[in-house]
Amino acid sequence: MIEKIDKKERMKIPRQVMPQQDPKERIHNFKEVPFGLSEEQALVEAARCLECKNQPCVAGCPVEVDIPGFIDLILQKDYAAAARKIKETNSLPAVCGRVCPQEEQCEMKCVLGKGKKGKPVAIGYLERFVADYERDNNLVELPKIAPSTGRKVAVVGSGPAGLTVAGDLVKLGHDVTIFEALHKPGGVLVYGIPEFRLPKAVVQAECDFLARMGVKFENSTIVGKMDTIDELFENGYDAIFIGTGAGLPNFMGIPGENLIGIYSANEYLTRSNLMRAFEFPDYDTPIIHGKNVAVLGGGNTAMDSVRTALRLGADNAYIVYRRSEVEMPARIEEIHHAKEEGVQFHMLTNPVKFIGDDDGKVKAMECIKMQLGEPDASGRRRPVPIKGSNFTMEVDLVVVAIGNSSNPLIQKTTPGLEVNKWGNIVVDEKTMQTSRKAVYAGGDIVTGGATVILAAGAGKIAARAMHKYLMEEVKK
Amino acid sequence: MPKVLDNVQIGPLNWKMKVEIPRLVAKAKAGQFVIIRVNEHGERVPMSIAGLDKKNGVLTIIYQVVGKTSALMTTVPAGGQLSDCVGPLGVPSHIENWGTACLVGGGIGIAPIYPIAQAYKEAGNKLITIIGARSKDILFYEDEHRAIADELYVCTDDGTYGHHGFVSDVLKKLLDNGVKIGMIMAIGPLPMMRVVSNLTKKYNVPTWVSLNPLMVDGTGMCGGCRVSVGGETKFACVDGPDFDGHKVDFDLLNKRLLAYKEQEKIAMNRFLKEPGCKLAESVKKFTYPG
Ligand SMILES: Cc1cc2nc3c(=O)[nH]c(=O)nc-3n(C[C@H](O)[C@H](O)[C@H](O)COP(=O)(O)OP(=O)(O)OC[C@H]3O[C@@H](n4cnc5c(N)ncnc54)[C@H](O)[C@@H]3O)c2cc1C
Ligand SMILES: Cc1cc2nc3c(=O)[nH]c(=O)nc-3n(C[C@H](O)[C@H](O)[C@H](O)COP(=O)(O)OP(=O)(O)OC[C@H]3O[C@@H](n4cnc5c(N)ncnc54)[C@H](O)[C@@H]3O)c2cc1C
Ligand code: FES
Repeated sequence: MIEKIDKKERMKIPRQVMPQQDPKERIHNFKEVPFGLSEEQALVEAARCLECKNQPCVAGCPVEVDIPGFIDLILQKDYAAAARKIKETNSLPAVCGRVCPQEEQCEMKCVLGKGKKGKPVAIGYLERFVADYERDNNLVELPKIAPSTGRKVAVVGSGPAGLTVAGDLVKLGHDVTIFEALHKPGGVLVYGIPEFRLPKAVVQAECDFLARMGVKFENSTIVGKMDTIDELFENGYDAIFIGTGAGLPNFMGIPGENLIGIYSANEYLTRSNLMRAFEFPDYDTPIIHGKNVAVLGGGNTAMDSVRTALRLGADNAYIVYRRSEVEMPARIEEIHHAKEEGVQFHMLTNPVKFIGDDDGKVKAMECIKMQLGEPDASGRRRPVPIKGSNFTMEVDLVVVAIGNSSNPLIQKTTPGLEVNKWGNIVVDEKTMQTSRKAVYAGGDIVTGGATVILAAGAGKIAARAMHKYLMEEVKK
Repeated sequence: MPKVLDNVQIGPLNWKMKVEIPRLVAKAKAGQFVIIRVNEHGERVPMSIAGLDKKNGVLTIIYQVVGKTSALMTTVPAGGQLSDCVGPLGVPSHIENWGTACLVGGGIGIAPIYPIAQAYKEAGNKLITIIGARSKDILFYEDEHRAIADELYVCTDDGTYGHHGFVSDVLKKLLDNGVKIGMIMAIGPLPMMRVVSNLTKKYNVPTWVSLNPLMVDGTGMCGGCRVSVGGETKFACVDGPDFDGHKVDFDLLNKRLLAYKEQEKIAMNRFLKEPGCKLAESVKKFTYPG
């Protein structure tokens, strides 16, 4: 165990820098960009924690991970215990350590980050370190599974929300089956977020772990097309969780949008990630390799798409965003990575139409310049077009990454399920129960596109309420 | 994993596959489709439902070898497995009693109109069925259609069997002769669906076509299957595949189908060169001259 050093001394330790692939090299491969901290680095980083009494970092975490607690276990070199500590409230630390926006959550609240030069404890790096350590060294222990309760639970959708519910309820002795529309479980974690940011082996390991605990996976099964929610009840399920995500891509609605070479981010990323088109022809699914690629939008999805385009051989990869850089919703780390890799940012720019060639392939995009006006409903300044500022960009591939709406299938096939005007399922936030008895929902299908940790957190809340319901109201 | 019970060649390029998948079959209706993946490295390809044996839970698909994946499908032996088969996808065909309904099936489209014909018939329609193919040896399902159609017309482009000419020629003659048809459903190669739609527009007979854009997920998640109908963008996998033929932008669909021409060639040529590829000769002859 490392000796606890004086607080003043601790504050002098610099934040550890995670080694990463050189940008010049990594734009030619799909391997993960940051390598992770070494054990030595993790110990040094952990030693920076000031163990504040009021634990502001914990308050900054949507699922209130006991951050000082797990950091203390790192200092004791009991990394597996540290991972288990995180898993008490967050079942997906290897994923969250990689993709959570820590800079807006736990790390933003860290006392060490205050002041101009302050740098918070690298909580995300440490989270990833312990989770990877535990997995790589086969230290993942099967938790004690409670004796069978005889209650059956159906989970619809295998994104972070569904996986979390399944894990928590199987531990409590319930018989849990996950129904997933695609042929692989993981939701956005497998079809959306690229390999270079979240290796698919990490997601697979999480799913394998659930399977070992007894969760059953029924892939290629679309609830609402196969059985409906009501038919699942008829088939003996006692409670159902809906975690179907926000999977309906929005388009711009401007002329020329159906030209060849204009993808939704969902299609572009699904082809590359889920179908592994980046390994074509070893994998059969093709993908268009653009030379001049414009990605529309400023979120994580846009960054993932534009960085994918670079790796697929683009000479010019542009982010085209109608607001300015400060309004971009993407994680700062991802914007930073994109810049390192040579992505060109066209801010305050909005496409107005796409222009095609005789074969129906996109060859150019007409844009208009924008300026920021009064704040809109989201509190961000509303972008307004500057008259007469139109110009044309040469592009041969465009990826539209301007967000998703909810897929209406379940709502349409489930009478009595209340939804709001955007089609999101309405729940009681304390229990995640929907307007239907024994039907719970959480994640992006409730909130609209949000984050992995919020989806997982909603899963935790739902699991707790579902367990109570199953034990108190379902007689066996 | 879904089990393949049978997979036999029924023409120079056409194959019939039977897949045991009871839960899907129990839910499936005429006009819907499935998406299959042959193996771990495979593409997801949409295939129309060409038959449903509800009692035994068996799905029939009829497919034409046009590229790598359809060629790969021929290699799955009876008793073998598919990696995945998801469905039923899409909206079932609209079934109603229109008095007289006419089904037009061209080429591989002869298959999906069969379950629709059964449903039309059950709804009480008088059924006129027109099927056609390039040549006699490519025709199939003639007996099946004959068994349920009140009138069956068979044609070949080259005149080797039945009427010499296109399915649209037969349909035109019927309409010219004043045969009252309440609804037409046309499924087949794009040019055929376009010609039929243009024709029936003049006669003001409502016409459904079943569109087959490239797809990925089939659940409305990617938008790759966008088609334009009446000036509106639709996702064929969830809003279709059946659409009003008089409103479809066939030009757009035609172009979008060619998006991956180069890669498709690469994939197919690589497949044909794989050691032990038995298809090489027969397929090359028909699909890849050069
Ligand atoms: C490209 C991209 C990058 C992102 N990057 C980040 C990031 O860096 N950090 C972060 O925190 N968040 C990120 N997000 C957001 C995050 O991934 C989502 O908020 C989160 O995955 C939502 O989880 P979920 O469980 O609600 O649903 P999803 O992950 O969307 O999973 C839903 C699953 O349900 C399945 N499904 C849908 N309908 C049915 C049905 N009827 N029957 C059966 N199955 C069905 C779907 O196929 C899917 O697998 C990103 C999102 C995208 C698209
Ligand atoms: C809803 C739907 C139902 C379908 N039903 C059937 C069916 O019952 N039987 C059948 O044989 N095929 C059907 N198809 C078409 C089938 O999915 C394609 O033929 C198949 O994906 C081709 O894959 P491939 O790798 O063999 O050929 P590829 O190498 O991908 O393509 C070779 C050639 O076929 C064309 N092609 C590719 N995909 C399609 C497509 N979706 N539609 C039309 N042409 C295409 C390409 O333009 C190219 O010229 C259907 C398609 C859809 C969308
Ligand atoms: S195939 Fe993806 S939305 Fe239709």
